[in-house]
Amino acid sequence: MFRWLIGAIALSLVASQALAADPIEIHIGYLGRAGVKETLSLAEQPAANDGVAGANLAIEDNNTTGKFLNQHFVLDEVRVKDTDDVAKVATDLASRNDYIITDLSADALLKVADALRDRGTLLLNAGATDDRLREQDCRANVVHVAPTRSMLADALGQYLVWKQWKRWLLVVGSHEPDKLYADALRRAATRFGAKIVQERTFEDTGGARRTDSGVTLIQRQMPVFTQQAPAYDVLVAADESEVFADYLPYRTWDPRPVAGSAGLVPTSWDAAHDQWGAIQIQNRFIKLNNRHMTALDMQAWTAARMIGEATARTNSNDPKKVIAFLKGPSFSVAAFKGTRLTLRDWNLQLRQPILLADGRMVVSVSPQEGFLHQVSELDTLGVDRPETKCKLQ
Amino acid sequence: MWRRCLFTGMFAWLAAAAPASAYVAYVSNEKGNTVTVIDTDSWSVTNTIKVGQRPRGIEFSHDGKFVWVAVGDDDTIQVIDTKTQQIVDTLPSGPDPELFTQDAAGKTMYVANENDNTVTVIDLEKRSRIGDIQVGVEPEGMAVSPDGKILINTSETTSMAHFIDTATRQVVASVLVDSRPRFAVFKQDESELWVSSEIGGTVSIIDPAKRVVTGKITFDIPGLRSEAIQPVGIGMTKDGKTAFIALGPANRVAVVDATTHKVLKYLLVGQRVWHMDFTPDEKYLMVTNGVSNDVSVIDVAAQKVIKTIQVGELPWGVTIGKP
Repeated sequence: MFRWLIGAIALSLVASQALAADPIEIHIGYLGRAGVKETLSLAEQPAANDGVAGANLAIEDNNTTGKFLNQHFVLDEVRVKDTDDVAKVATDLASRNDYIITDLSADALLKVADALRDRGTLLLNAGATDDRLREQDCRANVVHVAPTRSMLADALGQYLVWKQWKRWLLVVGSHEPDKLYADALRRAATRFGAKIVQERTFEDTGGARRTDSGVTLIQRQMPVFTQQAPAYDVLVAADESEVFADYLPYRTWDPRPVAGSAGLVPTSWDAAHDQWGAIQIQNRFIKLNNRHMTALDMQAWTAARMIGEATARTNSNDPKKVIAFLKGPSFSVAAFKGTRLTLRDWNLQLRQPILLADGRMVVSVSPQEGFLHQVSELDTLGVDRPETKCKLQ
Repeated sequence: MWRRCLFTGMFAWLAAAAPASAYVAYVSNEKGNTVTVIDTDSWSVTNTIKVGQRPRGIEFSHDGKFVWVAVGDDDTIQVIDTKTQQIVDTLPSGPDPELFTQDAAGKTMYVANENDNTVTVIDLEKRSRIGDIQVGVEPEGMAVSPDGKILINTSETTSMAHFIDTATRQVVASVLVDSRPRFAVFKQDESELWVSSEIGGTVSIIDPAKRVVTGKITFDIPGLRSEAIQPVGIGMTKDGKTAFIALGPANRVAVVDATTHKVLKYLLVGQRVWHMDFTPDEKYLMVTNGVSNDVSVIDVAAQKVIKTIQVGELPWGVTIGKP
């Protein structure tokens, strides 16, 4: 009896202590696509938790900070299939979370944004690179953490021009995303003074990405496909659909470097990036997830850190206050890119340096030296304020 | 005879006098895996010591017998004997040590371990690890208050200055500052604690008693975009009147009136200026310029750069003491 009493007293003490220190709970949703896309390179095949693994690390980082501020962050992950009603799933997720990180197609993201328009939920686009989401289809309740195709293309274009590789042979895939990427690359060529000497289309005629004697065939196909090109310095490939670009390096008719969707690739993150303290997040990520960190992981990490940062700065669990601060002029976030990242106030796109990686090393980081801007050199990447078609509403 | 006596006497006096004003600077070269030794009398390189992987934080022991250098990729701190200028021992830091500080008595060392969100406590006499303190994400800057009671640690991704009670080794307060706090320094009279924020681009002035931010120093350099202004190292004179702040890729050191917190001028130094140290007489200040592989020497009274000295690859930290 006596022992029981002691136990009860101890328990009540613990309970009251917990009550006194009840932390603020911040719920962040993660809305991603079910399944992963097939890549040409087996080594590049994304893990099932691609993206959300980065968000999970940011939740850990936020909670390490949160323990000093009495804030606790929780991630709520939901996956949608193509056949699901994405607006319905998102509305359900929004009933539990004030912030939702998304990895969706442009069309699905717009459906979600419009469905949640009057709820006050903030969407953080970590997955879609479509320029139209920041231009004619921009929405006031969507912050874009993923870089746009035009930012990626400009980052590559600046480097190629700096390198004096100004004659490009552009090879474009036959799918819609490939064509959009090609549009961005054409725009970059015009902006930075490169010349596209010829364009070729690589038709996707179907077929498996994995075969037992694939190399033999590809080795014959690719030189033939790239022969009789006008004089060029670099082959630039637009193949987001993973149909042909990774087959090009070392197989072009003329001995030329490859860039774009293979070879030298512009990206928001790479497993080899170790500058500006990045080695620390790479180590933390590997420790937590037992694999390397991808661009999508980094974009989701940054999105969840932005919520953490705005919550810490406002010391508030009122999403209205947090969102106002996040969209406001004094917000910035550190993301191991050597400079603070801020939002473009005209379309809520996160400004960011872009890495140029070759699969083993980070070759360079854009913006390149000498590409100047009156506001921020980061605005030399992508569509700038005077050119924007976005009217936030 | 008398003349000769006088002559040798004078010579002996001169010889004795000269080293009294000469100091030795040790510069850690992050990429070169070396420590460059510089004589501050002739401002010339006298030795290059091979050390472990990725040397960064570097400091003289209070007794002047050793220079410690944190070699992050070897997960240890190497001990350089200042007499022989050779590595004689290692200290058991945690993984990836970057910056560290010692208490006034020179008995305890506190090390920021970037990789596992801890501060490691080392007994310097026994050269053994005696404890760990959990702090925020990516601990970096370290400073002990002049009275020895409080240890400050800054954590980069958490953006806080943690106040740690050195007796209980508990975090007793955490003050939010701007993004990526890198370095912390107290005024000797303990009236202010300064913390630099690399990505935030500011230096926060903290009242150590109230543990709140009371002011912020901002920097505005004509013709330079604000993102390039990234404060890292801070040098504060002992009288607490003047401070020098390294501004990273802005390639400048700001000279600040530490009483009014106003920037007096910007000194152009080398590329990506990082950390700094005064000569013990505070006549000179040396700053490391990472990208240009050199150090700049600043005349403290004149507030002018007087010399640039080539060192190893990616100089990071510097410490100056008696030979």
